Amino acid sequence: MNDLEKNTARRKKIDALFAVVGLLATFVGLITLAALILDLAIDGLGRLSPGFFTSFPSRFASQAGILSAWVGTTLVMLVTAFTAVPMGVAAGVYLEEYARKNWLTAMIEINIANLAGVPSIVYGLMALGLFVYQLDLGQSVLTAGLTLALLILPIVIVATRESIRAVPGSIREAAYALGATKWQTVKDHVLPYSTGGILTGVIIALSRAIGETAPLITIGALTFIAFLPESPIKSEFPFVSLDWLMSPFTVMPIQMFNWISRPQRDFHLNAAAAGLTLMVMTLAMNGIAIYLRYRFRKKIKW
Amino acid sequence: MKKSILFTFLAALLASIPAVAKAQIVQIDGSSTVFPVTEAVAEEFQKAKKGKIKVTVGISGTGGGFKKFCRGETDIQDASRPILKSEMADCKKAGVEYIELPVAFDALTVMVNPKNDWASAMTVAELKKVWEPKAQGKITNWNQIRPKWPNAALKLFGAGADSGTFDYFTEAIVGKAKSSRGDFTASEDDNVLVQGISNDRNALGFFGYAYYAENKDKLKAVSIDDGKGRPVAPSEKTVLDGTYQPLSRPIYIYVSRKAAAKPEVKEFVEFYLKNAPKLVKEVKYVPFPDKVYALGADRLKNGKAGTAFGGSAEVGVTIDDLLKREPKL
Repeated sequence: MNDLEKNTARRKKIDALFAVVGLLATFVGLITLAALILDLAIDGLGRLSPGFFTSFPSRFASQAGILSAWVGTTLVMLVTAFTAVPMGVAAGVYLEEYARKNWLTAMIEINIANLAGVPSIVYGLMALGLFVYQLDLGQSVLTAGLTLALLILPIVIVATRESIRAVPGSIREAAYALGATKWQTVKDHVLPYSTGGILTGVIIALSRAIGETAPLITIGALTFIAFLPESPIKSEFPFVSLDWLMSPFTVMPIQMFNWISRPQRDFHLNAAAAGLTLMVMTLAMNGIAIYLRYRFRKKIKW
Repeated sequence: MKKSILFTFLAALLASIPAVAKAQIVQIDGSSTVFPVTEAVAEEFQKAKKGKIKVTVGISGTGGGFKKFCRGETDIQDASRPILKSEMADCKKAGVEYIELPVAFDALTVMVNPKNDWASAMTVAELKKVWEPKAQGKITNWNQIRPKWPNAALKLFGAGADSGTFDYFTEAIVGKAKSSRGDFTASEDDNVLVQGISNDRNALGFFGYAYYAENKDKLKAVSIDDGKGRPVAPSEKTVLDGTYQPLSRPIYIYVSRKAAAKPEVKEFVEFYLKNAPKLVKEVKYVPFPDKVYALGADRLKNGKAGTAFGGSAEVGVTIDDLLKREPKL
């Protein structure tokens, strides 16, 4: 009896010990993030004002703003999302639902896993050769969006496959039993049930893309831009315009890097404020991911 | 019904792609040293034009910028050193002719920690002893430079090897561009160097004068003696009168002659030369006397293409040199 109690006590101690170690491990990440945000906030909060978001860069730190940078970031992200999501989801659905399990599929799978680990600068070099010179798209919003889309494509594919796999096989079998084709099954059952997971993956992928600098510098993103791309909405026919796709651009991380490498301390404060803004943008995107997952999960009724 | 609306919308969207707006854009790229000057001019120019002409400025470095410039991708090139022979050949191959315009003086500054009470002046020969390739791993203590100086480890900081600053410093001190020891802390971001030197009593480093001017409380500039026995400290005055040698250097913009034929580029460059004296000062560089800018305006007007330096990095260029020499392709 005594032995049993001793054994239980010992195992409980190990259990408690692991909980403490786990908690500490969690806190290392959280505290680092909190310290970073706090540090940025102390430096940058003073510079955050409406004018900061509506001004172009300037040689005077106090007049400089991030208008061209945040508009550039937003437009590039739009292009990225509109390319990476359809392609990634289609590829994921194909691999999971349609592809036969043979050596070709195995090769594709291994390569996608590898692509997810390729350094981002390599994508930049590839994009410089392919988009900028071969396809002659120039150093434009379109090029940047496509580059980042390629970068996050593997993440979207993997996320899509994971969430499709979570849909029980019985759902598919029920659909087939009623005479549905494969496409009908995917469209009406598999995809709706996995939307939450796919969206979460997409947004996490986009949060990675928003902070990328290296591939954009490689394709020739600019540093000083004091104008906005063409407006997408026009007053005369056909009312929409895609000229903005070909516009030169800058993005938030590049603007930050430029400011932080200036000699004047005031510019460093601007960089902190821009960093804080970027961090809030990323956190907001992650917040949306959590909300969407929650909403779509609630809708699932099996 | 819904589908046809969507289709029309998409068709309209696609129809609007082709007219790629090659609006009036002046494209500039190149040196990060020249960037603050060009940025200031671009900012003022766009304000003056009320946004009718757009200007973009990138920082690919002097070398990277020339690659784009000589492929005809940019209109204007920022350069912290004159064009080199290999770049002249590239430009020639692509049929790009260029007009060379000096825009300001920059002074490379050799810096130590404020607590360093021994090294207030150094000769070029001493600097060479420290930085030449064969010093690597050998010259590691201050007393190896001058026996009187303390027996303390020497910590070196310098500009990254891709910068025109590094090219110029090695040319001026070691005698050959890009020839340097490799065991020093190199960074393209000069603030890293400022941090490093201000935190280490035994540090020695070099970078652009503007960074020293902003951090005078954290750094001490070393006076340079170019062999005449009179050490000279860097300042606006010593740079202009040509006594701070060999580390003062002119910085340039190169305008493609084809681009200069476009009214928006021509207007921008004219604006650049006219407003340079005031704007150069604001970003902490040393402006030239007016006659240098007048010479530039003249070159632009007459389309006088070429470089006055024959494709070799030259050390100790003075204002007189700039005024006297004729540019050649």
